[in-house]
Amino acid sequence: MANLKTVSKKSKAQSMGMHTEVLTGRTQQKFFNPDEAENFYYFGTYDVDFNKRTELDVKDMTAPEANKEIDNLMSQGYGTIVIKNPQGKHSLGVGILNKLNLIFEGSLGYFGMGSCDGPIVRINGRVGWSCAENLMAGKVVIEKNAGSCFGAAIRGGDLICKGSVGARTGIDMKGGTIIIGGDAGAFTGFMMQRGRIIILGDVGINLGDSMYDGTIFVGGEIGSYGSDAVDSELTSSDQDWLKRKLKVAEIGENFDVSKMKKIVAGKKLWNYDNLEPTEKKGAI
Amino acid sequence: MCGIAGLIHRGKSSIVGSELQGMLQALKHRGEDSTGYALYGDTDGKNFIMRFKVGENVGEGSSSVMEDVSVYDERKKIVDQTLAEMGAKVVKEERTLPYSLRYEIDYDTKDLLDFSQRIESIPGVEILSMGKSLEVIKDLGNAKMVCDRYSLDKVVGTHAIGHARMATESGVDIKSAHPFWGYPFSDVSVVHNGQLTNYWNNRRVLENKGMRFMSECDSELIAVYIAEKMRHGATLEEGMKESLTGLDGVFTYFVATKDSLGMAKDTMAAKPLVLYESDDLVAMGSEEIAIRSVLPQEIDTYDPFDGEVKVWQI
Repeated sequence: MANLKTVSKKSKAQSMGMHTEVLTGRTQQKFFNPDEAENFYYFGTYDVDFNKRTELDVKDMTAPEANKEIDNLMSQGYGTIVIKNPQGKHSLGVGILNKLNLIFEGSLGYFGMGSCDGPIVRINGRVGWSCAENLMAGKVVIEKNAGSCFGAAIRGGDLICKGSVGARTGIDMKGGTIIIGGDAGAFTGFMMQRGRIIILGDVGINLGDSMYDGTIFVGGEIGSYGSDAVDSELTSSDQDWLKRKLKVAEIGENFDVSKMKKIVAGKKLWNYDNLEPTEKKGAI
Repeated sequence: MCGIAGLIHRGKSSIVGSELQGMLQALKHRGEDSTGYALYGDTDGKNFIMRFKVGENVGEGSSSVMEDVSVYDERKKIVDQTLAEMGAKVVKEERTLPYSLRYEIDYDTKDLLDFSQRIESIPGVEILSMGKSLEVIKDLGNAKMVCDRYSLDKVVGTHAIGHARMATESGVDIKSAHPFWGYPFSDVSVVHNGQLTNYWNNRRVLENKGMRFMSECDSELIAVYIAEKMRHGATLEEGMKESLTGLDGVFTYFVATKDSLGMAKDTMAAKPLVLYESDDLVAMGSEEIAIRSVLPQEIDTYDPFDGEVKVWQI
């Protein structure tokens, strides 16, 4: 990583993957000094061994009990945990800030895998509303369908649903990638601010409504465009990226990405060119 | 937020009372101000079953006024007298609770409008349901409490819908609880999760057309709206499809008739619904855990999309 103390403001932001926005508020330097990286301790994380595997039957557990037990197993160094009988329970697997190979043998209810940072998760079933909300990093793969608000407000990571998803997929997302093997409902990408959504099937009405930024790729039919969502040219680098991403996601490997539609923000709805005044930030 | 659940067995009967109780109890965190059941039981189809109330349950949190049981007795007497005047013969009578009654009535009519208007002209009396298969049972408390209070766990039938209510738009009382009967149609019931924002406009129009509202609960509008469409010849499915544009707001609702069960979801898909569909059973609810109470094994479920209407036959 570039030395944040010596580079110019513009390249500093870019080197951190922060688009072209200049970081003039509470600086990243204050919180993330790369010189001290080895001293960082991420609260609630453990050294785990992916080859150390165990199973956990949560049939008779509440969600807090199950989540506490997952944490306990990680503290013992288990890096691969198989969850049996989730039976549609809500809020399973939330708040995992660890590298972990987590497998659910069944379906999850609402808010499954919310606020996670780092785990690799496979769900051999369906998920309810708001799966992987606020995901920071890692990979979550759902083998069947997903409910609404799939990947709401994710910041990073890959979120993959091999089936179809409900409405408002990727609402308010700020980064990361969401990949849908089937169809998606209304208001997909609603108010998304960054990141990418790939839908191989059809998508419902108001696609990308009020999106600030980010990109949506659609392979099937679009019900209607939302406010300020516009078509954009699908470049060859887009196609290369799509091919790579679909291969990693294990879906649509033979999908003809050259026929996909690319949708971006028209940037007419929001006063996008003017950064928030520094004095206003100071007041906040 | 409220929770709704429903199931339909195709080609066979089952203990729908117990099954629906399990589904609604799984959703009790979505609201337990009141719980209601619309059960389509196995009957010989000869007599009408009228579920009605002559007063309210004035329990904890209730918004109703306490009345003496003697008032209920007096109302019951007037109901009996009115039925006799109309030539309706009460074959069987059950008084589960002081304010809640179930009559089996031998009455030969296809038009329940006049019948219902006369019964409900008695102050304090409301018909909860009328049909040859349908029975609506609703009261304060969660699903298990209501099920135990009315001994519903052994009711055998083909299909059922139910509602766990968190009161937001109107009071905590039986009259505002779901399901709503599709007055004046025999065997039609409705449950709803959501808010309707053009309730008063629609209500005024429908009242001018002679339809009746018993509560100020916005959900009642769905039952009346569809009943009015059916009154003018629309099928259940046609009425439900029209409701997607005629009703404004956010909603997922179920409608049941004596031989069918339908669902509709608004065009913004703002309210949840999870659906399981097989050749012999359809089960659906606000959350998957409702379905899991009757099908604990791993199953394939999905969320219907925005603006979707589906109807299944028994």
